[in-house]
Parts: sequence; C-alpha cells; structure tokens
Amino acid sequence: MDLFEYQGKQYFARFGIPISKGGVADTVDQAVAQAEESGYPVVIKAQVKVGGRGKAGGVKLADNVDEARMHAGNILGLDIKGHVVKRLWVEHASDIAKEYYASFTLDRSAKKHLGMLSAEGGVEIEEVAVTNPDAIALIHIDPVDGLSLEVAQEWVARANLDEEAREQAAELLVKLYACYTEGDCDLAEINPLILTPEGKVHALDAKVTLDANAEYRHPEWDEFAGSDVEDEREAMAKERGLNYIGLSGSVGIIANGAGLAMSTLDVVNQCGGSAANFLDIGGGANADVMAAALEVINSDPAVKSIFVNIFGGITRVDEVAKGVLEALSRVDITSPIVLRLDGTNAVAGREILASHLSDRLVAEPTMLDAARKAVALAGGQS
Amino acid sequence: MSIFVDENTKVVVQGISPTSQGLYHGLRNRAYGTQVVAGTNPNRGGEEIEGIPVFTTVAEAVEATGANASFISVPPKFAADAIVEAAAAGVPFVVCITEGIPASDEALAYNRLVREFPGTRLLGPNCPGIISPGKCNIGITSGDIAMPGGPVGIVSRSGTLTYQALHELSQQGVGQTTCVGIGGDPVPGTSFIDCLAAFEADPDTRAIMMIGEIGGSAEEEAAEFIASSVTKPVVSYVAGVTAPPGRKMGHAGAIISGSKGTAQAKMEALTSAGVTVAQNPTEAGEAMVDIVRKLG
Repeated sequence: MDLFEYQGKQYFARFGIPISKGGVADTVDQAVAQAEESGYPVVIKAQVKVGGRGKAGGVKLADNVDEARMHAGNILGLDIKGHVVKRLWVEHASDIAKEYYASFTLDRSAKKHLGMLSAEGGVEIEEVAVTNPDAIALIHIDPVDGLSLEVAQEWVARANLDEEAREQAAELLVKLYACYTEGDCDLAEINPLILTPEGKVHALDAKVTLDANAEYRHPEWDEFAGSDVEDEREAMAKERGLNYIGLSGSVGIIANGAGLAMSTLDVVNQCGGSAANFLDIGGGANADVMAAALEVINSDPAVKSIFVNIFGGITRVDEVAKGVLEALSRVDITSPIVLRLDGTNAVAGREILASHLSDRLVAEPTMLDAARKAVALAGGQS
Repeated sequence: MSIFVDENTKVVVQGISPTSQGLYHGLRNRAYGTQVVAGTNPNRGGEEIEGIPVFTTVAEAVEATGANASFISVPPKFAADAIVEAAAAGVPFVVCITEGIPASDEALAYNRLVREFPGTRLLGPNCPGIISPGKCNIGITSGDIAMPGGPVGIVSRSGTLTYQALHELSQQGVGQTTCVGIGGDPVPGTSFIDCLAAFEADPDTRAIMMIGEIGGSAEEEAAEFIASSVTKPVVSYVAGVTAPPGRKMGHAGAIISGSKGTAQAKMEALTSAGVTVAQNPTEAGEAMVDIVRKLG
C-alpha cells in the first residue's frame, strides 16, 4: 500500500523523524488557513501517487496569502497523468543548503535490509545511480542486528555527508530504520533529505510503501485505507475481496493462483488477443467467489468473452464446476464463457458441466485451446 | 533418488487441532504415503488426533518420534516463531506454506536460521511444498498429478504453475524425481539455486524444469548458476510477459533492480545460459518431453 506524501510524513513523525511544519487542505480556504498556520513562505504540494508532479505544475511556492490562494486554486483539480488532485499538503518552505537521499528497502538477493544514502540527493538520484554509483553508500543490515547509532555514524561518513549534518543524519537514519522495520514498510524513502543553512537536517519528502501483510498488527493503518482506488472496476473488486487489476483488452480473465493468472494473460496475448484484467481468485474457488468474479468482469463493457482457467490443487474441480453453475444462476452474464478446468477431480467436474454447455458456455481441454477459443469469441485480434 | 525428502522422511505437523489446516493437509499427505509421525499444539500435549500423537513442543515431538521434517501451515502471525521453534529443535527440513507473513518477520526468521541454526533448510513460506512422487508429499500439492520414477526435477516459484508443470509432464508419461515449490515471497528459505544444485547432484534427475515469474532477480541469479554449474538440460518458463507493470517502489526499486525483474530480461538471461525457454507452460512441457525422449 503506497502512502501519499502527507501520510508518509505523518508516519515519519510518529517515529520522531523531523519534517517541515505543515498540514493538509482539501479546499482553497483550508490551504490559506494552513499557510498562515505553517508560516510564509509556504510550499503547496499536490497529493498524488505519481512522479513528476513538480514538472506538471503541482508544486508551487507562495510568499503571501494572494499567492497561496491562487496556487491552491490552480493545483486543486489539476490532472497529473490521470490523477486528479483532491488534496494539498501546505508546509513552511525550507531554505536548502544541501540535498541528500536516504532509503531502506529489502534486498531480495542478499535477503537482508538495504540502506542507501547519498550526498547527491534530489530529483536526479536515479541518474546518479547510473552515472556515478559510488556516490550512493550502500549498507546491508542483518535484521538480527538492526542498525546501531555507531554503524549509522560510520555510514554517514562513508557517504560523505557534510560534517555538520552527520550527527543529526545518523540519528535520523536510526529512526528511519525503526520506521521501516517496526512500522512494517516495504519502502521508506526520503528524497530530498535536506541540510538547511541553519544546520538542521530534516525530511522534505516522504515515500512510504506499507507491507499489506502486516496490516493485522497496525490498526492505525485504517486511516490510510480506501483513498487511492482510481479504477471503478478495481473499486468493485476490492469491495468483493478480489485480487483484480483492470487492463484494457477484451478477454475477461478468471484464474486461480497469481502465477497461473499471469500465465493466462500471456497465453491470451500469444493467441492474438488481449486481457481485460488480471484476476486471481486464489485457492477457495467456491460459488460465492466465482459469482463475485463474474459480476466484476461482467461490469466491464470492453469484455467480449470470459476465460475461466482453473487448475485444481486443494481446490477440487467438481466444486469449481458447481460454483460456476451456481454463479451463472445468480448473475446474468453478457459475454460467452470459455472454461478450462483441470487438476483434482477434473473428470467429475467436466461431467457436472456437460449438460449445461452451449455456445455461451464452452469447455476446452487445454489452456491453449481455451485461450484460442476465448480470443476468437472476443473477435480475434484486438 | 530425490532431493530434500524421501521415503524415510518423518513429518511433524506444527499447530495441529481437529479443525486446523495443518491436520487437513497432514492427513492428505499421510494418505499419499508420507510418514506423518507427530503433531504439536501447546494446549493438547498427550492427545492423539486421527492417530497422530500430539506433543506440546517440536523438541518433544522430535525426541519421541525421530521426526526429521516439519510442516507449518499456521496463521501468519504465528508462522515465523513456528519456523524458529522447529529449527531450534534441530529439525533439518522445515516446510512452511503459510501465505501473508510480514516481510520483516520473514527476513528476521531467515537470518536467525542462517546464523543460529545453519543445519536447518527452510522451504517457503508461501509455497505449495514438496513432493517426491511415490515417496513423500509435504504440503498442498495434489499427489495424483505427480508421476513417480523420474527423470525430471521441477522447481517453481508459483503454486498453480507448479501443478500445471507436473500435469504437463505426467500426461505425457514423463515422471518426476522431486517437485519443489519455493514460493514467491520476498525472502524464500530455499532458492532456485539451492534446488538446481541438489538436482545436479542427484543421479536420478536427468533434466530440470524451472518455472519463474516476474519480479526480483532470482531467475537471473539462477541463470548465472546454470551457466557455471549445471550440466543437465534445463527447460524454463517465466510467467508475466504481459503482466500489468508493477508498482514502482520509489527510486530505491529503480536503483537496485535496474532492468532486472521483467519477464523479458529473465528469459534473455536464461537463454544466454543455455536454457530452453518456452513461451507458455504447455510449450515447456512439450520441450521437456522431447529432451527426455532423446535422453532415452
């Protein structure tokens, strides 16, 4: 789960990481009030989960109330790469002497946490990574040891941070690591981490991705839920507890298991079609889940055929077959359905379906045959 | 032969109760012929469930029954502790199928095993388990889609695609030595490379099928290992060529992964390593059947 900048900053603040004085605003009047509260000059920042908002006019500096009113009015409602700005973050503008970069994430290869720190932070950090990788000081942290202040002090020196920033930066990194681990982040990133002319180090931006698997032990995450679903189909799927991603093709996909679902997309593509969605119904493909999945796909007007690809492991195919029939009795499906059912109890499953097959409900013996059929029913290449 | 498990493997099911997932899967594994010798439950020590003796701790179960493998399917919040408990009890092979363990717990448990209990191999979490057809099945794989006798070893990151791979081969009359689902979590206890090395060393395994998927760099690392250390033919399929582009994890993701992680990059790396790369699971099955027939 990705957080908005303001949520990330508020999350940082819980762990004692210094941020600029600021607050959120949903209207121009709120933005002006927040600007007074934060103290001029202020930066008004669009809250969208997409990069490049500065270049799109989503970040502006205001020196007084007139400028604050004008910029807030312009940014609210602005469309940035398909994301409409509904909320602003208004904070006191900081003078910047130096921009650094700091982040923690998991290094899957090393199976340890990875810290990255650079004295050359800012918008060009990815460029720095390519042209001057030595400018990024890496540190692998064994989760058994954690990050001590001593190790952080050695790290900031190795990264060549300015002398006057080092002690504060080391302390901040220990807090950021705590936020990353105890706060169950997949990513905790600050770019830029700044040094002000007055010699203060603090976070000017926040990029936080939370580990959805840890939601059960973070009741405070409830406030972050439900604020970022843009696609109507995805919102509908989320309500029904389905793992769905909307795409732009014409073959609706239902499969069990993420790997098989991805593979189904690939095969449809190889047969000349394109998928309308990714949808993994997981292990429990019962009638309720199947009906919910069919409802969501049925709501997508671009769908011309539906490919149900199930390989029964624990899920028994005869149960899946009953589920499909029951779902069909509940939902009026507008597109023809192609079934490929294999695995545990496949023979029994096919027998259950045999008397119900028609040109609207087709069964195919293999994944490839079913993909070809679904693509043909969707009108061939799309 | 087989890798990691065989007919002498004795399994303790951690977290067993009349209604637990562990019992459900444990009984299926036992019905397949696996020696399920014990269960654990802190509140049910001394009981017997479906003929399986229950102990309070894994250490007691090992002491009493000689269990040399454990099976964990407890809920996510208990799974990391269960893994460490099994390792601390000296169990050399731990299979954890639990899905949804927080990454920080997983990373901590993995690194504790590396440092404190290097004699334990963890398979998973979030994996379908392991089956050595005709000998031992720990996990959720359906035994009737596997075929004993070899000569193919299968290693897969994806659950349902593991079944698909077994099915493609068995249908063509090609058996498997062992099929290992390593799982798709960020910190898998057992990697592609661990399995490739074990299959390379196993005289009965004559060819290897490897099923990958997008994300991370495990397939690229496996390709390097295959090029340097695997002499047996390898067929591979990587799912997700047309998958929706994943979330970009800030700058950190771009900085550490570069172009790695896409299905295309993975397939290219594998092809360069001499692997036969198929475009879909069926094609992978057909390619493997061809290879096995030529091996004679």
